[in-house]
Amino acid sequence: MMKHVNKRPVRPTKPVKQEPRWQTKVSGGNFVDKFHAYHNLHAHALFSSLGRLLASRFSFIMTVVVLAIAISLATGFYILVANLQQLAGNLEASNQISLFLKDDISDARASKFVGSIRQNPSIQDVKLITKEQALAEFKAYSGFGEAIKALEKNPLPVVIQVLPKNSLKNEQALKAMLDDFSRSAEVDFAQMDMQWVKRLKSIMEVARRGVFLLSLLLGAGVLLITATTIRLELYNRRDEVVIAKLVGATNSFIQRPFLYSGFWIGFFSGVTAWLIVTVIMLILKQPVETLSKLYEGAFHVLFLGFTETVALLLISSVLGVMGSWIVLHFQLQQLKPE
Amino acid sequence: MLKFDNVSMRYPGAGDVLRNVSFHLERGEMAFLTGHSGAGKSTLLKLIALIERCSRGQVFLDGKNLNLATDRQVPYMRRKVGLIFQDYKLLQDRTVFDNVALPLVIAGYGHNEVSRRVRAALDKVGLLTKEKKYPAVLSGGEQQRVGIARAVVNKPPMILADEPTGNLDPELSAEIMHLFEQFQQVGVTILIASHDISLIAQMDHRILKLDHGQLVDEFGEVGKLNDEAR
Repeated sequence: MMKHVNKRPVRPTKPVKQEPRWQTKVSGGNFVDKFHAYHNLHAHALFSSLGRLLASRFSFIMTVVVLAIAISLATGFYILVANLQQLAGNLEASNQISLFLKDDISDARASKFVGSIRQNPSIQDVKLITKEQALAEFKAYSGFGEAIKALEKNPLPVVIQVLPKNSLKNEQALKAMLDDFSRSAEVDFAQMDMQWVKRLKSIMEVARRGVFLLSLLLGAGVLLITATTIRLELYNRRDEVVIAKLVGATNSFIQRPFLYSGFWIGFFSGVTAWLIVTVIMLILKQPVETLSKLYEGAFHVLFLGFTETVALLLISSVLGVMGSWIVLHFQLQQLKPE
Repeated sequence: MLKFDNVSMRYPGAGDVLRNVSFHLERGEMAFLTGHSGAGKSTLLKLIALIERCSRGQVFLDGKNLNLATDRQVPYMRRKVGLIFQDYKLLQDRTVFDNVALPLVIAGYGHNEVSRRVRAALDKVGLLTKEKKYPAVLSGGEQQRVGIARAVVNKPPMILADEPTGNLDPELSAEIMHLFEQFQQVGVTILIASHDISLIAQMDHRILKLDHGQLVDEFGEVGKLNDEAR
């Protein structure tokens, strides 16, 4: 019912603060008893709301699974990006330059060339990959082993991997070094891997932001799905809410079990999402680690760590509570006794 | 205990449902509120239970001006009034015990205190043996007694009943009325809305009669009672 024109009588007396203290007079029991009662109320609301959810098992599981899928999408993308970032991180450590030597350069001459490069003070490491090593590696991972046997001659060039010192961050200096190498008599062509790393890194940045935005959207979805679920629950229990209001329940008393329901829904969705992501990671682990061998084993699959798991559960629980709070905030006022 | 001072209630589109209603119930007084359907009985009770707020005038309960009660205070205010309904308004999925315990749980009583008081209230209405039953298996009279136990369990100074015997046969109705008289004897102020004229006539209590939103005397005249109340 709407309120009518202001009917508060104007009091001619001075505004002495005289708020009626109904509470102290009407609710009873001694302090210790009430303190225990308050804790019992919370414990009771916590477990009775869980009991209620489990009583309608089917819809509870449906809701939790829907939320878990949304949460695991966000989490899955997060962990994917975290893994790729680790990859990009490893690559960054090496501003590596690959020197492909001319075909007629012998291994002995190549070794000598490596020795001369090592003299350069701005070089951290040099690694020689002979034709044979390159062929063996190629056979092992390319899957063309049989085809290569058919070749009369090893078509692969000798490669020298040069790792400049980390202090050599300056792109100009790197470029100059690259040009120097290109001019060497032994070198067919020199290639800097960094360009590729840079591109990867900017793709990663786009992906990271994309995941963040996606997570926001999915989070809002979780919030609203919880809200809808709680709204339905509130609607189903409106008689109870109205009766509780009639016998003097405060809004916080009425809200409590619904907030706990929201908490449980969020919490279980978080747990389920964790399971989904972990199972997916376990399935992907094997092929990814095989792949990582191609990157010389520098890459290990990252799972959700302890902090990330705690954050996942915390965020999903908080989203659940917030979702139900939103509904209660806007709808509880409307449930009025008739 | 309860004082109406020139109270009017206007619903938008429905005109005045109550007009200049004034009366005063002393502590421990029992009164009937009668009148034809739509005379404003339910509205008057709703004003006391703060389900509605009056458009004009003032309502005092236990010395407190209800117009000044903020939304936050409304729940605490309602704990001073035990409400009884024609349709009992029991929670069907809770036992008799839990139904009666509700106001105490809400008020934050501890477990022992709740058990003690619920049993006392159920004993008073003669339903101590049915505390583990669900409302659906009880008769209408029994359900109403559960409703009464719930209304008195918190020992409110005032009881409001809206057609409490509306769904009961005459014998059960008389029984329920007798129960109310027992509460009156221990000092509870009671206001019962009812149009069961014959039942009311049997009992010797004050009668407030509403006619088209105005209090009238037994001859149907407006004003005399109002003057008396002042």
